[in-house]
Amino acid sequence: MYLLTIDLWMLLGKAILIVAIIGLSFFIAMYTTYAERKVAAFMQDRLGPNRAGPFGILQPLADGGKLFFKEEIIPLTSNKFLFLLGPALAMITALVTSSVIPWAAPFQMGNGTVIPMQVADVDMGILIVFAIVSIGVYGIMIGGWASNNKFSLLAAIRGASQMISYELPMGLALIAVLLMTGSLKMSAIVGYQMEHGWNIIYQPLGFIIFFVCALAECNRTPFDLAEAENELNFGYHQEYSSMKLGFYLFAEYINMFISSAVMATIYLGGYDIPFVNEASWGLSPFWMSFISFGVLMAKISFFLFVFLWIRWTIPRFRYDQLMNLGWKKLVPLALVNMLITAAVILYLNK
Amino acid sequence: MSVTQILFWFLSVIALFGALMVVTAKNPVYSVLWLIATFFAISGHYILLNAQFLAVVNIIVYAGAIMVLFLFVIMLMNLSKESEPQKNRWLKIAGAVAGGCLLLVLIAALKDADLKQSEAMVNVGNIGLIKNLGKELFTTYVIPFEISSVLFLSAMVGAIVIGKKD
Repeated sequence: MYLLTIDLWMLLGKAILIVAIIGLSFFIAMYTTYAERKVAAFMQDRLGPNRAGPFGILQPLADGGKLFFKEEIIPLTSNKFLFLLGPALAMITALVTSSVIPWAAPFQMGNGTVIPMQVADVDMGILIVFAIVSIGVYGIMIGGWASNNKFSLLAAIRGASQMISYELPMGLALIAVLLMTGSLKMSAIVGYQMEHGWNIIYQPLGFIIFFVCALAECNRTPFDLAEAENELNFGYHQEYSSMKLGFYLFAEYINMFISSAVMATIYLGGYDIPFVNEASWGLSPFWMSFISFGVLMAKISFFLFVFLWIRWTIPRFRYDQLMNLGWKKLVPLALVNMLITAAVILYLNK
Repeated sequence: MSVTQILFWFLSVIALFGALMVVTAKNPVYSVLWLIATFFAISGHYILLNAQFLAVVNIIVYAGAIMVLFLFVIMLMNLSKESEPQKNRWLKIAGAVAGGCLLLVLIAALKDADLKQSEAMVNVGNIGLIKNLGKELFTTYVIPFEISSVLFLSAMVGAIVIGKKD
């Protein structure tokens, strides 16, 4: 079945995969909000949400319902179109990044067709993630500016300069990984780690830099200066209400989920099962993809827990401390890490 | 029409319309946003030519970093259409004439060039993939590449010197 030389079955498969991944992102983000409140409660010796459903398990639905039914207020002096565009951009950029992540081992159907569990296995792979992350700045900036509020604008500019600053060490830390794997393809990075062991073993410093930058990119504590409530009221989304506010808050959790997935893929071997050679089990590829997907999810859940753990343990940085850490500590560290990696690879390959 | 052709015309219309909106939009923030849309359309063209690296870097560098700085400046200076100075009418006419002359020169220069003979290679060739591009840059074009990196370094040093002056 061909129309305009596009294979429609491939298109259909990709469409199903995209819908599944977006649904999964929403589901995980929903329950990360629940987990956040439960973890916070545990660390502060409270009970946390426990009214809606058993153990409060329906709490995210109640929160969503509340946001939907709240009155929607668009400030009179705001720029209407850009005011709407801001949260939409934040949400879109949060969701699009998932397209290059390999979610599981290739899925094999009964008739032998192999379906890769990745929307786009392009040559640029990880660079696409960086491109979309750099576009993600606009969601914050446009929303903050269109609100026509000084606090929002200040917060937006803070948030954007923070994201731009931390993209640099993130990229430099990544270059060290790319030097080792020799490819930008996400599937190739996972394949390399399956053969040679996880990247975190060879790149512990790079991993720490990448993780700190991921915290900053997601605007999470200790780097949540864009929403520092004691200085900026509520940050860039101060004028937002109802589901538009919900989009901003939700995009943050989706960003956390996706950046956990990216970190798990780059440094923790993606869907690779640790310590075993799964090929020798003789399992059918059908079950292999399910198990590998579960393994990736376990790694992502671990990262998400660390995100929450850090939020309720470490206080917020000051703005000058944030910039000092980014430019004067992380960038030189990442550069040194990159040079050492390059030198070692050169020495080993000689 | 093949898919490539449809995409080509679609992207071209977006790129041209976006570029027109950049110069005609009254609000400078809209101008910047249209320019970003134009960059995306041009990146789409790069992908049609299978220059994937160029496409992604165009988005990272231009749409993602340089345009953010533009937005910073415009938002902080709070430029709006009310405060924009009205230009003299003669200045506008002079601008149109100068722009038209440039267009004429470009058309005259390109008319006789070999360009119209050779067609763009669509969907083929993998020189735009990162491995081939990197090899070319570090073998054939290594001297211009390194010289341009020195240029960037000097620009950075210059920015720091200006920024430090109190």
